[in-house]
Amino acid sequence: MATDEFLAIKDVSTAFKIHGSYYKAVSDVSLDIHNDEILAIVGESGCGKSTLATTIMGLHDPAETKIDGEIDFEGQNLLSLTEDQLNDVRGAKIGMIFQDPLSALNPLKRIGEQIQESLDYHTKMTEAEKKARVLELVNQVGIPNPERVIRQFPHELSGGMRQRVVIAIAIACKPDLMIADEPTTALDVTIQAQILDLLKDIQRENHAGIILITHDLGVVAETADQVAVMYAGQVVEQGSAQQIFDNPKHPYTRSLLRSMPQRDKENDDLYVIQGSVPSLQKMPVDGCKFAPRVPWIPEAAHEEHPSMHEVEPGHQVRCTCYQSFEFQDAKVGEVEA
Amino acid sequence: MWKTILRRVLIIIPEVFVLSILVFLLAKAMPGDPFTGSINPHTSLAHIHHLMKINGLYDPWYQQYWNWLVHLFHGDLGMSYEYQEPVTRIVGERAINTLWLAVFATVLTYAIGLPVGLYAGRHQNSRGDHAIRMYTYVTYAIPFFVILVMGLWIFGYLLGWFPTTGSIGTNVGSGFPAVISRLQHIILPGILQALFGLVGIVQYLRSEVIDATHSDYVRTARSKGVPVKDVFKHHVFRNSLLPITATAGYSITGLLGGSIYTETVFSYPGMGLLFVSAINYRDYTVITALVLMYGVLSMLGTLLSDIIMAAVDPRIRIE
Repeated sequence: MATDEFLAIKDVSTAFKIHGSYYKAVSDVSLDIHNDEILAIVGESGCGKSTLATTIMGLHDPAETKIDGEIDFEGQNLLSLTEDQLNDVRGAKIGMIFQDPLSALNPLKRIGEQIQESLDYHTKMTEAEKKARVLELVNQVGIPNPERVIRQFPHELSGGMRQRVVIAIAIACKPDLMIADEPTTALDVTIQAQILDLLKDIQRENHAGIILITHDLGVVAETADQVAVMYAGQVVEQGSAQQIFDNPKHPYTRSLLRSMPQRDKENDDLYVIQGSVPSLQKMPVDGCKFAPRVPWIPEAAHEEHPSMHEVEPGHQVRCTCYQSFEFQDAKVGEVEA
Repeated sequence: MWKTILRRVLIIIPEVFVLSILVFLLAKAMPGDPFTGSINPHTSLAHIHHLMKINGLYDPWYQQYWNWLVHLFHGDLGMSYEYQEPVTRIVGERAINTLWLAVFATVLTYAIGLPVGLYAGRHQNSRGDHAIRMYTYVTYAIPFFVILVMGLWIFGYLLGWFPTTGSIGTNVGSGFPAVISRLQHIILPGILQALFGLVGIVQYLRSEVIDATHSDYVRTARSKGVPVKDVFKHHVFRNSLLPITATAGYSITGLLGGSIYTETVFSYPGMGLLFVSAINYRDYTVITALVLMYGVLSMLGTLLSDIIMAAVDPRIRIE
């Protein structure tokens, strides 16, 4: 596995303007992505995963957002690029796959046109070459009968087929990095597996890096090399997939893993994390942001300004609270285990 | 698709039949009779009864309706009680006047409304957008006839730029001078009607553009690296114009039906004014003819809108 780090996110914060003040949806996130690698960003709704993705893509309205930090990508800082320079990166070097294939495609344009649009802006191909490339792409993402499909409109295709079209758009110019924002959430389970396999195949062919954003730990276990767990706009734990799944440290990661439904357990009750992610305006500014959801841990166990601690090479955890964390029903848990 | 259109046209026939019965009965149900308006102290009651009788107004309603229907199929809509002229001739003259005014006003409405609506949506919350929004709210809040009367007073009476009544000057003859005179008569009412009519289009289009701007497919286009300018051109504008195109079909009702407000305030002898005076004088033959025509026009307008919609939106196919 090559380990050239080609996307380095350094202390990136994204704040939205709400009634005149800025609130951070992503705060001081630092992550590295290497090519030939899938980095999964995991977390529940509202934790800032998608905001981070759209920040990398530069899709936020500068009038409504404040973005700090640095995103180094192939030798340039994406955050300092002009709109025109960004347009040369978007679609060409970074491709994005969206969550809902139903709404991600323009209902009034033919599939072929929508895939070709990327090529129109980033290549100097002739019309005939573009047509050929579109057919090749449609074929590559496993859509049967490409000749017919390129003349169809989105509503004529099934959800799975539409997601394949969205993927074809993202990979049209063979980007070095693909950002997949919950690519399988809107699809049913059998299609999910196919789409994930497709993403892995494409990655292998193009030697691309993938940021896979998801709340589905099953998807992470199947596909990811590296995992970053996000909570309330921060990365709370990161490491290799194996480290995260075999040796989770942060209370949030452990709670997430525990709340996964498992077949082999007798007890059908799902573990539920108390409370919910606070809204942007109610987010605690300082201290461990997960503290309110594990109130049984003594306050002293948390750091005042939680920082990342290395627990083993390549495996980092935020805050010291992991050291004294135990589930409330720890004894019951042990008996089950 | 042609089959469906043919079927839709055929369905209109029974619809018109039901409509004609309703229209006929409603006109009959109005209080008063066609002759109350023309009585004078010397008119004897017997004379009125006589008039009612020879005009068949004492016959049972189905018989009156049947007579009317038979004549209708011969292209005869009866005589106007008020004007003592065939209804077809009166309607014909008025329809031409209305067409002049309505075509001018409609073209102007869309010619101004579409670009202004697109601009307001594209530059949401800009100064221009605020000004446009202020204009639409104020205009919408003022009753239309007040706008008309103010316009008439300022530009017709005080400034004297435009004629204040009629559809064509007297003694202008025919040919080019007649066209000029007609244009002079439609400019002011046409502009006022457009300035009011475009409000709906602007507000609707503005919100359509804003919705489309925040849609997922626009985000997809931007993540392809399409510059914002082109995103608007290729994705936002086209998709936002769609619902407006569809409603354009309905405007044919107005093209021949005329505007009651505009024509009344400007004493413009078109269909709208004819309709109002026909109701005032209980001119049954004219009322039934006009309402029937409005009904047929709305049905055709709906059909036209459906066809336009199917032509421009691939999601809608008439099977």
